[in-house]
Order: sequence, then C-alpha cells, then structure tokens
Amino acid sequence: MADTSQNSTPSSDEQVQREATRRSRRAFLVSGVAALASLGGWRWLVSQPKEAGIPWPLRRVLDANGKLAGEYFSDAHLAPVFPKHLVREPRTNGNVGLGSNFDPATWRLQVSSLAEPKRIQAFTLDDIKALPRVEITTELKCIEGWSVVVNWAGARFADFATKYGLATPDGGTTAASADALAPYVRVATPDNAYYVGLDIASALHPQTLLCYEMNGQPLTPEHGAPLRLAMPVKYGIKYLKRIGNIQFMSQRPADYWADRGYDWNAGH
Amino acid sequence: MKQLKEKHPLAIRWFHWINFPVLTLMIWSGLLIYWANDIYRIRFAGKTLYHFFPDSFYKALHVPFRLAEGMSLHFVFMWLFVINGVLYVAYTFVSGEWRYLLPNRHSFREAWQVTLYDLGLRKTEPPVRKYNGAQRIAYTAVLLMGIGSLLTGLAIYKPTQLAWLTQPLGGYESARLQHFILTIGYVLFFVIHIAQVIRAGWNNFRSMIAGFEAVESPAPTASVAPAADRPAPTSI
Repeated sequence: MADTSQNSTPSSDEQVQREATRRSRRAFLVSGVAALASLGGWRWLVSQPKEAGIPWPLRRVLDANGKLAGEYFSDAHLAPVFPKHLVREPRTNGNVGLGSNFDPATWRLQVSSLAEPKRIQAFTLDDIKALPRVEITTELKCIEGWSVVVNWAGARFADFATKYGLATPDGGTTAASADALAPYVRVATPDNAYYVGLDIASALHPQTLLCYEMNGQPLTPEHGAPLRLAMPVKYGIKYLKRIGNIQFMSQRPADYWADRGYDWNAGH
Repeated sequence: MKQLKEKHPLAIRWFHWINFPVLTLMIWSGLLIYWANDIYRIRFAGKTLYHFFPDSFYKALHVPFRLAEGMSLHFVFMWLFVINGVLYVAYTFVSGEWRYLLPNRHSFREAWQVTLYDLGLRKTEPPVRKYNGAQRIAYTAVLLMGIGSLLTGLAIYKPTQLAWLTQPLGGYESARLQHFILTIGYVLFFVIHIAQVIRAGWNNFRSMIAGFEAVESPAPTASVAPAADRPAPTSI
C-alpha cells in the first residue's frame, strides 16, 4: 500500500515541478467550480418563492421530516413524567386569540366532526369534566428553547373524540369505525385568531389533554381558561389556550406559527 | 530530488470540503436558534465571566429574531451533515484510511511532544508523516464530536419519541447544553486547525485540494519513523 501511493518517476526536479503545477491547476479549477456551484445552489435556495414564510424547498423537507417522524410516532412513546414538586408557573408567552371580549359563562366548545353532513356540536366545560380526569406532570418545551415542568389536569383528547365519535367518518364509536379516522384536527380560539393544526395521532396520544387545571389550580384567563390543549408530543406553540372550536378534517389545516415560517408538525 | 507523493484520496477531500460549508451552516443556523433562549454563561464564584453571547456579537452578525429561519435551515442541512459524515466513516473503513486516523499506543506520547514543539517548548521536531499523534487524536475526537452532535441533536429534536435517547443524556435541558458545548468545540477546533494549516504551509494545504505533496526523495527520515504508518497496524 505504501508503495502504490508513491508516484516515483525518475525525472528531474523541473519535470516534477511541471507535474505538480499541472495537477494543482486542475484541482484548483475543479475546486473553484465546485465552490461557485455550491454558492449558486445556496443563492438559488434562499431566493426561491416562499411557502408559508420559508423558501419552498426548505418547507418540503420540513414536511418530509414531519412525515418521517409520523412513521416512528407511537402511543407507546411517552413523554417523561416528573415529580410534582418540580412544577413551576410557565411564562405566558402569547396572547393571540385571548382578547378581552370573552364571557366564560356563555362559552361553549364548538366541535365539527368528520362525519357528513357536517354537524356542529356544542359542549360545556361540565361535559369535558364528566370524562375521566387525567393528571400528568411533564416538561413544557417552548420552541424558543426553554422548558418548564408543569402539572396538567384534564380529559384525554382521545377519550373525548372516542366517546362522541368525532373522528370517525360515520360518527360511530365502535372500533370498526376507527379504521378511517380523520387524519387531521384543527383547534382554534373562539375568535379564530390563534389556530393550530394537528395530526390525528398526536391529538389522540394518551398524554394529549383537554386541560382545565394547571399546577393544581383551575386555569387562569392568561393560561387559557376555561379549556386549553396540553400535549407533550408537541412544542408549546401547539398548546392552544382558550379553545373555542375543534374541527376534524381530511385536509391538513393551517397553523398559526407554520404560516410564519415554523415547522407545521412541530412534534416531539 | 523531489517527487510527488499521494497524500489525501479524492473521496476524503470531497468529504472534507463538503463538511466545511455544511457544518458552518449548521453552526450558523444553530446560533439563530440559540439566540431565542441564550442562557449559557461561564460563571466563577457567582460572577458571570462570559455570556454566550454579548448583544454586540448578535447585532454584528444580524442574529436576532431569526428563529424560524434558523430552524428551517438546521432541520434541512442536518441531512447533508449526517449523510456526508456516514459516508466518510464508511469510506475510511472500506479504504483502510482509518489506520492513519485512529490514535494508537504511540499517539498520546507523540501528541504531547507535538504540542510542546508547536508551543516552542521543545527543540526536536516530532517525526513528520501523514498524521502525527496530535492529529490522529484531534481528527478522531472531532469525528466523535460529530456523532455526539447527532445524538444530542436528535435528543432535543424529538425528546418524547426518542426519550430512550434523551433520558440517558440527562434529559432535555442537559442534552441541549451538550449540543451547545460540542458546537463551541467545533469553533475551537476550527481556530486551531486553521492556525496549524497556516503553520504547515502551502505544500500541506495543497494536498487537501490536489491530493499530493511534494517530498524529497529518497526521504532520509523514512526509516526512522516508528511503525505507526505501516500498513499492517497490529497495534490498533
């Protein structure tokens, strides 16, 4: 091996020098072209028409990443839980959709199921509270990079959807009709100012809650009273506060932050 | 008399020069992401010695309020970083190049000698050959750092689905810190690497572009060099 790696030619220094120059020129030329090509590729990439805030090729890859993550996603993959004494009050990072023109007394959760013809069903907080109460203490992870341990209590989104047959095409509640579930869910504030899109698997994950208590207290208005999402399989941007309506959909719904350059999936 | 000696195979040169802009872009987009929660500091006795990073630094580089852009670039170019890295490792194994790259039993003593010599504290020049002990350790370490960045990156990218990975790393927060420290490590590596390339001179730099080095022949020091560069590395 050591022998084959040597070009020992019985030539003068001048010939060696010529050979070195020839090979160098060729190599530097190829390198220069490659460098220019990658610079051109970069320029092309960043100048492409934007799709929801970022150049479309980047958006395609993010969506493909989301699909790939969806393949690996499982109800058996659970977010780690923490002892209750570690809980802290999370920052109230956003107030979009939390305008003051809101009366909790007349609030109803409006749900449009997948079944045709579309029917809107209205639920009260007591309807949600009638479902089994589930409590989890998990890490809320903000897309900004910070995290905080929070104790959430509420009803499993899956229990809610199953009990009322909301995600099935025929409105049925049996296992048989669970074969063709709505692939997507849209959740929005009553004024539709803040809205999130969810894949059905994340919405029905056992740790996804329709949450009405945080750290042992009923939700305060700035944390999304009367009902909010808490779902450790997503970044905090999907923990929508003050849920006004839920729609089960066959098309992928828009998402507030995905419209502003972020990943639609934003899944953990 | 001079002759040309092959040094870096074409594949290694491609891997190297692809990795350079891709890793730069990963560090840059990582900085755009880190800015949104820039909590790391070097503290001593309750005092902050250095904050990663000062506002002037962010301003000079136009970093603020580009989180979404940073994430989109990071989660696209991560593929190139990983694919290039995997191909590099596979190539070094298939081609046998790993024999020059992995440290052996001489490397640590030699690395010490190289360090003393480079700092001007030792007069005798360590044996010159493809990779000396310090290089073997540095290039293997930076590869391990790459694997570390991949693992800690995955741990903070999908901390619930990959909880089996995130938890052994100490959880989400520590995985994020490890990911950051590794990145600082690349920057330090880069600074030393560039300084050494400048010191080593044109012949060495050209070998990373054109593949060959001009050497004196017959090399009188060749027989003095220890066994480390011989093709059958029974010592590893």
